[in-house]
Amino acid sequence: MPLFFIVAALISILTTLGIVTTLVVDASKFFAVVPLGEIFSTNLAPLRAENPTFGFLPLLTGTLITSMIAMVVAVPIGLTAAIYLSEYASAKKKKWLKPIMELLAGVPTIVYGFFAYSFVTPLLMNLIPSLNAKNALSPGIVMGIMIIPMVSSLSEDAMESVPHVMREGSLALGTTRLETTLFVVIPSAISGIVASFILAISRAIGETMIVVIASGSSKNLTFDVTQSMQTMTAYIVEFTSGDAGSGTVGYYSLYAVGLLLFLFTLAMNLFAQYIARKYREEY
Amino acid sequence: MLNQEKRKQPQGENSIYKVSHLNLWYGDFLALNDLTFDIQEKEVTAIIGPSGCGKSTFIKTLNRMVELNTNVRTEGEILYHDENIFGDAIKVETLRTQVGMVFQKPNPFPKSVFENVVYGPRIHGINDKNKLMEIAEISLTNAALWDEVKDRLHKNAYDLSGGQQQRLCIARSLATEPDVLLMDEPTSALDPIATYKIEELIDQIKKDYTIVIVTHSMQQASRISDKTAFFLMGELIEYDKTEKIFSSPADQRTEDYITGRFG
Repeated sequence: MPLFFIVAALISILTTLGIVTTLVVDASKFFAVVPLGEIFSTNLAPLRAENPTFGFLPLLTGTLITSMIAMVVAVPIGLTAAIYLSEYASAKKKKWLKPIMELLAGVPTIVYGFFAYSFVTPLLMNLIPSLNAKNALSPGIVMGIMIIPMVSSLSEDAMESVPHVMREGSLALGTTRLETTLFVVIPSAISGIVASFILAISRAIGETMIVVIASGSSKNLTFDVTQSMQTMTAYIVEFTSGDAGSGTVGYYSLYAVGLLLFLFTLAMNLFAQYIARKYREEY
Repeated sequence: MLNQEKRKQPQGENSIYKVSHLNLWYGDFLALNDLTFDIQEKEVTAIIGPSGCGKSTFIKTLNRMVELNTNVRTEGEILYHDENIFGDAIKVETLRTQVGMVFQKPNPFPKSVFENVVYGPRIHGINDKNKLMEIAEISLTNAALWDEVKDRLHKNAYDLSGGQQQRLCIARSLATEPDVLLMDEPTSALDPIATYKIEELIDQIKKDYTIVIVTHSMQQASRISDKTAFFLMGELIEYDKTEKIFSSPADQRTEDYITGRFG
C-alpha cells in the first residue's frame, strides 16, 4: 500500500522533471543557433524569411507590464476584501459572500478575454482617446479582476488562522478593530498573505487567453500601456497555431520562451518563500 | 430589586466601579442576573464560583470585551468613575486603555519582547524611541520581568517560558498606564512557581492599581485579595472582606463552595 502512495507522489515529480527536460533539451537546440545574448535584445522578428531575430525583451516587458497592472488591481481590492471577510463580516454574510467571490475564479478565461476586448477596452477609450483597440491596460485590469478571489480567499484563510486570543490581547489594550487588524492580524498572517500575492502574480504571468485576445501581438518594446504588447504566453500561442514549421529555429524558440517563463515563475516562488520566511511572525 | 441600603457594599471606601442591576444575556441565556455591587479602588477583588457561574463574563463586561461575542445583550449600568460604560460619553477604546486585561492563557503577540510592551503606547501615539524604551523598562520592572529579559528585549516573545509570557502580558497592560487590571484566571495555565511569582507581583502592584481577578483557586483568592465575591449561576451570592468570606460566610451556599462541598 505505501508503494501506491509513493507512485502517486512520484507521478507529479516525474511529470515536472519531464517538462523541465523537454524545455531544456529543445531550448538548447534553439541556443545552438541563436546566441544567448540575442534574446535580451529588443528586436523580435522570428518570422522574417531572411535572418530572423529573437530578442525576447519585448515579450518580457509585455508580460511584466500586464502582470503588474493586474497586481495593482488585485492586491488592494483583494486584501481589503480579505480584511472585510475575516475581521468585519458576520458569519452569516461570509457564508454567502465568499463563495460568490470565488465564482469569479471559475469564469473561463476566454470569457474574460472577450470581456476585456469588447467591454473594458471601449469603456477605457472614453477616458483615454488614444487607446489602441489592442492594448496592455485593458487585459491587465481584467486579469487583476480575475485574480482578486485568489488574493482575497488565500489572504482571508491566513488571517482567519491567526488565533482569536491575539485579537483579544490587542483590543483589550484599547485599540480599534482596524488597528488590531493592521498591527497584529496582518503581520501574523503575512507569510500567507505574501504567498497569495505570489500565487496570484504567477497566475497572471502564466495567463494566456485574456492577453491573446485583448493585447494583441505587437512585438515592439514599449512601456506605453495604451499600446498592443505581446506576452510570453501569447507568443507561444501564436507560434503553436502553425506559423512556425517544426524543426525551424522559430519552432525551437517556443521552448526557449517556455523555459524563460518557467524560470520566471520559479524565481517568483523562491522570492515568495524568502519574503515569507523573513517577515514571518510565528505564534 | 435591591434598594440603596441593601447594596452589597462595605462602607466608607472609594468605589471605582458601581454595578447596578446588571443583567446580561447570551441570546436567550441569562448569564448575569441582577448584579449590584461596588468595586473598591486600589484593592484586589477576587471573583470566585464554580464553572459557568458568570465570573469570566462579569469581568469581561467591566471592559466591554464581552461584546466580542455574538448575541450579547446587557441591561442595567456599570459606572466607572461615575460614568456609565455602556453610555456614549465614554468610548470603548478609552475604557479599555484605562482598564487593562490579562487572559487565561498568555497571549503575547508574535513580536519581540520590546514590541509587545510598547504595542499599546505606540498605537496611542508615542513614537519617540527613548520614551518607548523608558516605558518598556518601567512596565517590565513593574511586572517583575525586567531582570530576566533585559538582554533579550529584541528576541521573540515566544521564546519566553509560560510564566514569563504571562508577566509580559501584564507588562503590556501596564504600559498603557491603566487604573484597573482585570485578570481572568491568569495562573490557570501556569505551574506553581510561575503562579507564585504572579501572586507576588499582584501583591506588589496592588497599591497602584485596582485589580479584579477571577480565580478557580480558593487558596489564591484568600492569599491575594482584599474582597471576595462569590458568584453562583449568574447571581452574586455574597460579597465581603476576604477574611470574612473564608472564615464566617453569611450564606450557606458560600460555605458549601469554599469548603469544597460542590464546584
